Amino acid sequence: MEQQRLFQILELDGTLRDDSMVINEKLAIEMYKLLVLNRVFDRKLVNMQRKGQIGTYAPFEGQEASQVGSALALSKQDWMFPTYRDHAAMLTFGYEMVKIIWYWMGRIEGCIPPDNRNIMPPYVPIATQIPQAAGAAWASKYKNETACSIAYFGDGATSEGDFHEGLNMASVFKAPVVFFCQNNGYAISVPLSRQTSSETIAQKAIAYNMENVRVDGNDVFAVYVATKNALEAARSGKGPTLIEAVTYRYGAHTTADDPSRYRSIEESESWRPRDPILRLEAYLFKQGMLDKDIQTRIVGEAERLVNDGIKFALTISKPDPTIMFQNVLANKPWNIQEQESNFNSFIERYHHQ
Amino acid sequence: MHRELNLVQALNETLDMLLTDDDKVLLLGQDIGKNGGVFRVTENLYHKFGDERVVDTPLSEAGIVGCGIGLALNGLKPIVEIEFFGFIYPALEQILSHLARLRMRTQGKYEVPLIIRAPYGAGVRAPELHSESIEALLFQSPGLKVVIPSNPYDAKGLLTAASEGSDPVIFLEPMRVYRSMRQPVPQHRYTVPLGKANVMKEGKDITVIAWGAMIGNVVKAAEQLEKTQGISLEIVDLRTLYPFDIETIQESVSKTHRAVIVHEAPLTGGVGAELAAVIQERMFGDLKSPVKRITGFDVPVPQFSIEDYYLPSQDRIVHEIEQMLVSLTR
Ligand SMILES: Cc1ncc(C[n+]2csc(CCOP(=O)(O)OP(=O)(O)O)c2C)c(N)n1
Repeated sequence: MEQQRLFQILELDGTLRDDSMVINEKLAIEMYKLLVLNRVFDRKLVNMQRKGQIGTYAPFEGQEASQVGSALALSKQDWMFPTYRDHAAMLTFGYEMVKIIWYWMGRIEGCIPPDNRNIMPPYVPIATQIPQAAGAAWASKYKNETACSIAYFGDGATSEGDFHEGLNMASVFKAPVVFFCQNNGYAISVPLSRQTSSETIAQKAIAYNMENVRVDGNDVFAVYVATKNALEAARSGKGPTLIEAVTYRYGAHTTADDPSRYRSIEESESWRPRDPILRLEAYLFKQGMLDKDIQTRIVGEAERLVNDGIKFALTISKPDPTIMFQNVLANKPWNIQEQESNFNSFIERYHHQ
Repeated sequence: MHRELNLVQALNETLDMLLTDDDKVLLLGQDIGKNGGVFRVTENLYHKFGDERVVDTPLSEAGIVGCGIGLALNGLKPIVEIEFFGFIYPALEQILSHLARLRMRTQGKYEVPLIIRAPYGAGVRAPELHSESIEALLFQSPGLKVVIPSNPYDAKGLLTAASEGSDPVIFLEPMRVYRSMRQPVPQHRYTVPLGKANVMKEGKDITVIAWGAMIGNVVKAAEQLEKTQGISLEIVDLRTLYPFDIETIQESVSKTHRAVIVHEAPLTGGVGAELAAVIQERMFGDLKSPVKRITGFDVPVPQFSIEDYYLPSQDRIVHEIEQMLVSLTR
């Protein structure tokens, strides 16, 4: 079978493949700022884990363009269903930075969606968000609203039943949903070749008679355009699209993982020339939209934003353990009431707080 | 010679032995091959036995368990790993509707000697949804054996016994114990029979029944209560939850006349509920006080910043046993 073409706009050296595909300057600079911000954020969180300030963390370095490009294509009424690795998508769409840090500090406060955006807390059990995104999109259609849903997931997720059930249902009911797969080559240690015999992930949509695109996930312009097109199709009643963004995770699966067990440094370094930030930088320099000074200012601003976010996140007061008894059901049943009250007398006696 | 091993090493050695002794044994799971398992329980086995016997699978729990059933039906002895117990749900259809029933549905013509291993439990600062104790789900599914070792010695003996049997076994490994203790473990093959509890410590006042990572907390609580209150606890490590060892429980409770069950799963509908019911049904006349449960709360396992408050700690076990005794003398 012939492999599906990879949709690209930006060449590695920053030239445009297709001149009709220009992205306006304001958006291009915004994309650059977000890519830089997210890289700074990711590296600092890995550092926080090393210092014991947060627990296990799932880094996304290398995948910034996939996440930023797709999230920028959303409209503010849309629904986002992210995984534990999609912090750049969440930040871009308006999730508060401190909450992402709190999430990794093991704080439930990190799961609470913002007031003005529909962003679900990160999905941890793989692929479970996929049918839910289909359902939320279906509801928008039912209510005659223009909102779409976007579900983020990895290549590994495509092996779960939930992936296939979600795609099938979405296709049958023409739900306005975008299934955004970041094919970063691995599911922990398992390479794509062990995950599936399909040549591409995009082709899996064909079985569901669904639109699909295979996009260079390190080309932020291409990701943006592909997602925008998919969302437009969804909004105009054409149903779902599966997007496969081909990218790479440079780092470990999580801070608890040791990638040297399953792949070589040469392999991960071989992706650096395809880096999403370098590529956009090359473009912006060529176009005269960026110079060394502006670049330094943008990086400095990103550092400052992330440092402020971290500083603020760390000022959170010690957790109140009784938060675990809240919000289990709308009304607290007798058993939980009783357990909470017994817990309080236990805590009082042991002065644990 | 008995070297001291931790739980991870003991399990690794057992799997190595089972693979060596029987070429029908094969391991299936996510990241168990090249990576040696996310907890390194299968470390080196891929390099030693090759990828036909230590198999990295796609990310597909229903597929892993379903294929495991098929492999076992057709004469092999698969041992599959679910990466974390809380990720077993996609496989529940396979487990509850088929694994647990095939012997009955074929009236013994087919048996499915599949072992499903999974790390479980809270207390290791794991991310959300990695800390579940849902043993009651499988405990209430007749047709499965449910085994939980609390220490390296038992783990080797129980896993070997599971592999020698012809029933499906859910083998749950307390994550908190993986590297927290070492113990002499014989190098040779031995079994610890399924269905047999272990009286870890004799005592005269109260029987405490527990399993997995809770055993460590119970042992410490027992030392404290002995020292400060002069109360002597008898500790029963259940080891096999299903079918559980009613004889050992009865023997112990008929001596102490009091029973406490400690588990980290929520109270309501937990395995402790069944144990309490059985004890009072059979031994009502022997009991000097109601059977007591000290457990996790009826809430989802909380995020790691407060998970220690959810778990029955040494302090909470001491506190609740003291309260129990106070309310009796009032
Ligand atoms: C149902 C389920 N099974 C297993 C896991 C353990 N696990 C966490 S992440 C992961 C790999 C996911 O790979 P992929 O979907 O490609 O996404 P990536 O982590 O690469 O972003 C696995 C197996 C899980 N979280 N959920």
